Amino acid sequence: MNLETHLRARRAEGRTLLVPYVTGGLGAGWLDVVRAVAAAGADAIEIGIPFSDPVMDGATIQEASQRALDLDATPAAIIADAASLDVDIPLVVMTYYNPVQHAGHQRFASSLAESGIDAAIVPDLPLDELDGWGEAADAAGIETVLLAAPTTTDERLRAICERSRGFVYGVALMGVTGERRALAAQAGEMGRRCKAVTDKPVLLGVGISTPEQACEAAESADGVIVGSALVRRLLQGGGPEAAATFVSELRSALDVRDAARASGDPT
Amino acid sequence: MAAPARGEQVVLPTTLGGEPTGLGRFGEYGGRFVPETLVPALEELEAEFRTAWVSDEFRAELGDLLTNYAGRPTPVTECRRLSERLGVRVLLKREDLTHTGSHKINNVLGQALLTRRMGKQRVIAETGAGQHGVATATAAALFGLDCQVFMGAVDIERQALNVFRMQLLGAEVIPVSSGSATLKDAINDALRDWVASVESTHYCIGSVVGPHPYPWIVREFQRIVGDEAREQCRTRTGGDPDFVVACVGGGSNAIGTFTGFLETAARLVGVEAGGHGLESGQHGASVSRGVPGVLHGARSLFMQDEDGQILSAHSISAGLDYPGVGPEHAQLAAEGRAEYVYATDDEALAGFQLLAETEGIVPALEPAHAIGWLAREAGRSVPAGSTVLVTLSGRGDKDANQVAEMLGETLG
Repeated sequence: MNLETHLRARRAEGRTLLVPYVTGGLGAGWLDVVRAVAAAGADAIEIGIPFSDPVMDGATIQEASQRALDLDATPAAIIADAASLDVDIPLVVMTYYNPVQHAGHQRFASSLAESGIDAAIVPDLPLDELDGWGEAADAAGIETVLLAAPTTTDERLRAICERSRGFVYGVALMGVTGERRALAAQAGEMGRRCKAVTDKPVLLGVGISTPEQACEAAESADGVIVGSALVRRLLQGGGPEAAATFVSELRSALDVRDAARASGDPT
Repeated sequence: MAAPARGEQVVLPTTLGGEPTGLGRFGEYGGRFVPETLVPALEELEAEFRTAWVSDEFRAELGDLLTNYAGRPTPVTECRRLSERLGVRVLLKREDLTHTGSHKINNVLGQALLTRRMGKQRVIAETGAGQHGVATATAAALFGLDCQVFMGAVDIERQALNVFRMQLLGAEVIPVSSGSATLKDAINDALRDWVASVESTHYCIGSVVGPHPYPWIVREFQRIVGDEAREQCRTRTGGDPDFVVACVGGGSNAIGTFTGFLETAARLVGVEAGGHGLESGQHGASVSRGVPGVLHGARSLFMQDEDGQILSAHSISAGLDYPGVGPEHAQLAAEGRAEYVYATDDEALAGFQLLAETEGIVPALEPAHAIGWLAREAGRSVPAGSTVLVTLSGRGDKDANQVAEMLGETLG
């Protein structure tokens, strides 16, 4: 499935896009969590491949990554297991560059493709270092999603939006992943800046933790990514049902917003 | 160029040393593998460094600080009793005699001046042994900057003296308990802080690691060690040493030393942490046993498992307890211009005692590895009669408690 095509089609229906994040290998039931999240209204799902030194992640994803590694999760096993996911939405892996380059660009890209994974996000591989992986990913049909940050200059932002595949990931705050009390002031500006230079889907992520924050973020972008708030529920012992409940809450809030927007009724 | 005499003003070279190519590459190593949020700050830092280096005002101020605050130039000491014991002529480059007691001050003064030029009010740093943390806290006090230092919980335990020194200097020490709770994890948390604070904060990296331009600018700030030592050796011995030896964690004192001798015939030897021995897997010998990878913003050699997960290092010395090495060292090893060897924990401890007993100099546990290696290899791979320059990167006061404990002594 092509991620960008899929997201563009859903956006054209007037739907705010919702992409939850699940740490791969976090307990034996992680595949069931992904299935439950898909059924609860996700438009695509990010599967985190844990890395020992996740510098873009806050405490929650760090803990989930370490717990998965302690359970002997490996990149190869997570990717292979993902092949059994018969969900009808695109799958995106999120990992760091070292496991990717360690496996080898071509080998990693083709293993994703063989498992039916559509795209990859590698947050420590910025535009300027993309070459080797970017070419291998393109050749294997894997879309590489690039991140834009509040500090990104206008010139870089245009180049990032141009090169990004699938969607553009707008970092909604200055900082690492994790739940926040309120949506950051930078979120709206980030979404608007991206939307001004691309017609690719623009999703905001990092620090979007509640249905209210998701709706607020959606004001300036095509959708949201929600990671730590979901993963925290899994770390606290929640399984597929708890994940589905939370994602349904997010989905319902966005649906209400979308319906109001469609009827021209500002909420 | 003659080395300045003690009391004479240090003059910085007007030209920069060999620059990395492309986007911070030393051969295939280096680069800038960081979250997008940090890219503009790294570009700003590189531009500021280039402008500063050709500014007479910057060079004069740094030269004055190095001379009249840090106490440069540091001497080269001829070790008569140790030389007699080992059968080789041992010269020590005395970075232990700088203000704050290690070579770290050279880099930190330079970066503090850059911080001020960039208009930033806060610095953060990582520290292992605490020497870089102390140096950063010192410069922050001198320049009136806010300072927070990330330090692994394990290192806080074994370097309690330096923790107190940082606090005295007005810095906040932030314990890091993730991962192995040592230097690698302190860098992770410093990077995480920086992703949030980059607009107002300078990350003062303490070694020749991290994303471009750090490995290059830290080397340029440490190059003074090798430039001075080369001229001092020539004055004292009439030539260049046969061997130039330095310990390597991230590798800043070693690269600073080596750079001064790249154009000579000296054999350059980096001594890594052998821990409990390379076969044990409990060590920090990243050049000897690491494989190419990407961590903390650069491609270099790292200890990692078959999936590319980074392994924990082990060393008796917190400053060498790092599972990687700066990218320029990886390249010097690939070219064969420098060779990388190791000394175990036990050999470092022996080196620590040997230098104290023969020369009245208590080294830090980090350069004690270089002494320990030399003690093992003198008369073997280092032929009898060779002249050997060893960079004594820091003094050992900070390690006294830990060594006493290991030797079964109780301090009152």
